[in-house]
Amino acid sequence: MTLRLTEYDRDLLAGTRGAAPQLAMRILVRMAEVYEAEEMMDITAAHIDSALYMGEATLAFAERLADLGGQVVVPTTLNVSGVDEAHWMDWPVPAEWAERATRQMRAYSAMGCAPTWTCAPYQVGAAPQFGQQIAWGESNAIAFANSVLGARTERYPDLLDICAALTGRVPAVGLHLDKNRAGQLVVRLTDVPRRLQDSDAFWPVLGHLLGELAGPLIPVLVGLEARPTEDQLKALGAAAASSGSVALFHIVGVTPEAPTLEAACKGSVPAQEIEIDASRLATAWRELSTAAGSALDMVVLGSPHFSVHEFRSLAPLVRGAVRHKDVTFVVTTSRAVAALAEKDGALEALRMFGGVLTVDTCILTTPMMPGSVRTLMTNSAKYAYYAPGLLNVQVVFGSLDDCVRSAIEGRVVRDESLWNG
Amino acid sequence: MVGRPLVAASAAGEALVSTEPLSFWGGFDYRTGTIIDARHPLKGECVSGRILALPSSKGSSTATAVLLESVLAGTGPAAIVCRGPDPYFALASIVADEMYGRPFPVIGLQEEDFADLRSGEWLIVGQDGRIVVWPRPPRLRRCAG
Repeated sequence: MTLRLTEYDRDLLAGTRGAAPQLAMRILVRMAEVYEAEEMMDITAAHIDSALYMGEATLAFAERLADLGGQVVVPTTLNVSGVDEAHWMDWPVPAEWAERATRQMRAYSAMGCAPTWTCAPYQVGAAPQFGQQIAWGESNAIAFANSVLGARTERYPDLLDICAALTGRVPAVGLHLDKNRAGQLVVRLTDVPRRLQDSDAFWPVLGHLLGELAGPLIPVLVGLEARPTEDQLKALGAAAASSGSVALFHIVGVTPEAPTLEAACKGSVPAQEIEIDASRLATAWRELSTAAGSALDMVVLGSPHFSVHEFRSLAPLVRGAVRHKDVTFVVTTSRAVAALAEKDGALEALRMFGGVLTVDTCILTTPMMPGSVRTLMTNSAKYAYYAPGLLNVQVVFGSLDDCVRSAIEGRVVRDESLWNG
Repeated sequence: MVGRPLVAASAAGEALVSTEPLSFWGGFDYRTGTIIDARHPLKGECVSGRILALPSSKGSSTATAVLLESVLAGTGPAAIVCRGPDPYFALASIVADEMYGRPFPVIGLQEEDFADLRSGEWLIVGQDGRIVVWPRPPRLRRCAG
């Protein structure tokens, strides 16, 4: 199999359109060979995860492309950054880190990317259309764009996303192609009480389990009675993309490529099904917590970034209450959502409660965690999955309600009846 | 055995094998070269200079960036062997080549060949995707002073 290149592709490779797109295209073509692509194709939007400062190499890569004069050729949004420019000095973030992370942010902004700085770009006006060919980074955003919106993106690794944005070209493979979007694993919910399905904690737990079961396969969920909200689908996808590599999931009757099981599987429904019942979900729920006991230092919400609707759910829970003095309460979100939540009054409620906001980044991507924090509690399966390894802390997973109540009481309190019933 | 060289280069080192995929972001500390995912069977293992065999990457799209950092920091694996073509591993090596002229071999193996790999064996990986078990070289004693 050989890769066919267009005249435009060859121009890019020859450097006639500049040195930055030339480097980007060289990397893309080498990757096309890895993917065994037959041709390259156009994309019309990109979302860049590579702006996150990891160290000298990611900064050098960004500054090389920017110094070579790179400019994105399609509308491009930016994922979380390595530093919250507005609030980093309130935390133990080393100044050297903040300076380098800011340089990396500047490099991507200079290449023409929109400074959205969020892992939920689909909730700040950058949602792609059904069927639109895009190159997105960030595992939760990839899962959401493919599954919930029906846009088409491969699971782009960091560094390749910016190459796509600088050229508008990607290898024509994987989830870009209709034939590769069929469901491969049927997962059936049986005997899961409606009360559990209607709780907000059900969705991240289901996603966590789904990721473990599916691995790299495309799962199709059947048997759900509840109609998930956008935020619940966001939580499910983020969890499944953490515990597994899920880049596309179908929910029969809910997601746009799954009006029926047959349609989701493009006519060839796999013979085998995996069943999920309440006890399996309860096991997954328990797996998401690593801490024993009730000690609590911090509550953190917002992975993926908190939405306006999530702020609206939070506000009545915190209004009129005050967090315990020994528990830090943090919400991570984008600067765009923060501005809307401010207008909505939710930020005032958060401040009166004693909570704080981090924008543009999150607790996993900037070194903001005080060393004194040993146990943190969250309603995000993604935070729960990654925090023990990245931050060397113990985690407790709970519902939004559990998280707020625990912050008030200063110790972990959870309503376990949903899971033990 | 012979695999498909996703990124052609050569290396030698001790095999470190797992059948569990790994998320390098959150699962690997490039400053020390150690696997830190508490849920992974290789937790606590140092991958530096070893031939790391994993079925695939998983999780965050930041995996590539973390692996690239490990190349620059000198803490990365000598080679990565995976089951099938893993683009995340391949891209890290391709960018390491484009930026620093330091690619590491990334070899895609058939499932049955992957199953034959054993941790602790000394392996040589060739440009052409060949992987052979080789007698372990004598350990070199580092001179003091």
